[in-house]
Amino acid sequence: MRHLLAIGDLERTDIDRIMERAEGFAEVGRRDIKKVPTLRGRTIVSLFYESSTRTSSSFELAAKRLSADVVSVKSTGSSIDKGESLKDTIATLGAYGPEAIVIRSPHAGAAQLVAGWSDAAVINAGDGKHEHPSQALLDVYTLLRRLGSLEGKRIWIVGDVLHSRVARSNVLAFRMMGAEVTVCGPPTLIPRDVAAALGCRVSYELDGMEEADVVYALRMQRERMRESFVPSIREYAARYQIDSRRLSPRQLLMHPGPVNRGVELSGEVIDGPNSLVTEQVESGLVVRMAILYELLTAGRPRPDERAGDTDDVSDPTPIREPA
Amino acid sequence: MTAKPISSLDWRGGGVAGGDLVLRRASVLDPRAGIDGTYDIVITGGEISALADPGSVDGKGEVIDAEGKCVFPAFFDPHVHLRVPGDEDEEDIETGTRAAAAGGYCGVLAMANTDPPVDSAADILALRERASGEASVPTGFLGTVSRGLEGGELTEMAELRDAGAVGFSDDGLPIANARLMRRALQYQHLVGANVALHEEDHDLSRPAGAHAPHLGGVMHEGVVSAVLGLAGVPSVAESTMIARDAALAAYEDARIHVQHLSARESVEAVAAAKEAGVRITCEATPHHLVLTDEEVRSLDSRFKMNPPLRSEDDRQAIVDGLRSGVIDCVATDHAPHAAEEKEVPFEEAAMGVTGLETAFSVLHSELVLPGVLDLGVLVERMSAGASPFDFDPPRLAPGSEASLVLFDPDAEWEAGADGWESRSDNSCFAGRRLRGRVLMTVVGGQVVYRQRSFAMGVA
Repeated sequence: MRHLLAIGDLERTDIDRIMERAEGFAEVGRRDIKKVPTLRGRTIVSLFYESSTRTSSSFELAAKRLSADVVSVKSTGSSIDKGESLKDTIATLGAYGPEAIVIRSPHAGAAQLVAGWSDAAVINAGDGKHEHPSQALLDVYTLLRRLGSLEGKRIWIVGDVLHSRVARSNVLAFRMMGAEVTVCGPPTLIPRDVAAALGCRVSYELDGMEEADVVYALRMQRERMRESFVPSIREYAARYQIDSRRLSPRQLLMHPGPVNRGVELSGEVIDGPNSLVTEQVESGLVVRMAILYELLTAGRPRPDERAGDTDDVSDPTPIREPA
Repeated sequence: MTAKPISSLDWRGGGVAGGDLVLRRASVLDPRAGIDGTYDIVITGGEISALADPGSVDGKGEVIDAEGKCVFPAFFDPHVHLRVPGDEDEEDIETGTRAAAAGGYCGVLAMANTDPPVDSAADILALRERASGEASVPTGFLGTVSRGLEGGELTEMAELRDAGAVGFSDDGLPIANARLMRRALQYQHLVGANVALHEEDHDLSRPAGAHAPHLGGVMHEGVVSAVLGLAGVPSVAESTMIARDAALAAYEDARIHVQHLSARESVEAVAAAKEAGVRITCEATPHHLVLTDEEVRSLDSRFKMNPPLRSEDDRQAIVDGLRSGVIDCVATDHAPHAAEEKEVPFEEAAMGVTGLETAFSVLHSELVLPGVLDLGVLVERMSAGASPFDFDPPRLAPGSEASLVLFDPDAEWEAGADGWESRSDNSCFAGRRLRGRVLMTVVGGQVVYRQRSFAMGVA
């Protein structure tokens, strides 16, 4: 793997490899010293053109746990704010010689463009409404830890599918792992031709959701009301909110965060026993470590190796000393 | 309305006849004049003076061996963007018409959505003045329908017409207001000139609302937009506006020309209007005839234009429409853009592609050679765009003004490999292997273009 741009680019074996690696890093996370020297001396640029808490902090911490140097650039207060084009920003940051660029952009295909303009490995941390592959991988990881396998499992993704990059990446990833996926939401928020596009089923009502092994709720943004996608948040919540009445004890509940309490999820299910929301955040760290490891070490010589260092780089085993 | 010769438009060759020229043993095809055979074409004093038996003419002046080559009436493009005034870094009259000449065109009509828009008689007169000094081929200019392209008030259409506007269009934008549309059609009874329409209902093509253009649809709404998470422009955003304007044209006994059809529903709407006797003509672009939204999977901004590339079913409907005549003509919607407007994420990229230099070769390669479209039909449609704007399409019959294209049907070339005449390179066909190439373009007896390797060969 050279980049992580879209789930659609991955093979099943890529996912399996990343899951296995993440498992190894989870073990590191249980040690006293949680840091390994794997990416020591490597520079990772994190470039966020949209606000983000969990994805940006998760990638940053993942990079630091691997001992990489991280440069974080946010759009506000930077030259991006002053109208610099993406291409020029990449050229500027390229002067630092980053080995990886993590990019979040409001526009589909931004990460792919960066991959064409830079020698770095590029990780798509969300491009418009297109894809959010690291989210899908951490969700797969979270479910594998709970369920062992996704083969034949039924997963319902509920909410604003039209505007959701998480939905697109997750449908593809869940299906690749053998699950059957249904997307559910008001007809105005389900993309035309989505069944043919992503290979999922479509439901406009929660009736039938009792078949689901996993219910994955999406964030419902309040501006959708102004754009006439839904008449009111109240009507949306009445029809599509996941609450304790609609969720049976055997069903697992997920959400990519941040949650609108009382809109797509009722408070009691977020904090309830079905909820995997906190586990998702935990998984995010180890899966993103695994992604960085995969892109920056597997099959690529590291800088000091090129200089004649013969350290075995394929061994991710943590060491005891702080890096 | 009586039609005028294309050469009456402004260009730098106006009023000069050009030297004598003989094209020997050429395969001459002009379906409009009923000509299909091998002849020596003799051009004297700017006119076709004879179609003689092959090999029989020695002639004076330049003699070209055209054996195995085709001669067609030169093409006419009723829809180009020359970017003057305002965006001369992307194209100007000189480069845009050079691109036209290289594509085999003997005339182009430039749209009025420049910066500022062409909405006054003074603007038209200034453009005509420039064209008479810079344009390689006859060039006409449209004025806008609405003042400032704002969709609110009519321009002084009669005065614009008197100044030489060849038609009216708010192209780039629809005329959203039905009342303004109706007034323009009523006023046509005074002004005469045709109204060219970019049909798009912004309430449907801009999912977050007509007043949120930055959140507007950027590609066809369908399977591919669902995969990419891109906001879609549904086919009905176009066809419903065509239906509205056809009804208004019928009611006001006016005529309209619908630009760049992209969807099956649009072809059906035009067919129904024609069936009902509405005075409606329409055009299709090479990209809508050849490409589909599958190209957009690459998120390559060269495939972003408005209207967008649609589904394979839509594409087939456009091809069928062109064949049957529901679609009257091919127009390129040649829309040059600077590199920095395209080297950005797809959603942010400017809409539009260049097309003049590749149009006929692309359609020859992709539609004629595979047997989808008859060569004669394509040749006719390539110049039929003159008629809706009251110009006579060129003919190859003796006595006609000599505007023709010499075409090598066997030449293989890669689009863009030798660079472009256009100032911009945002071609959606760049890098494509094409079969058949324009060798020479003649307008009113004057050679306005020679393909380089061919020109070396005959020199």
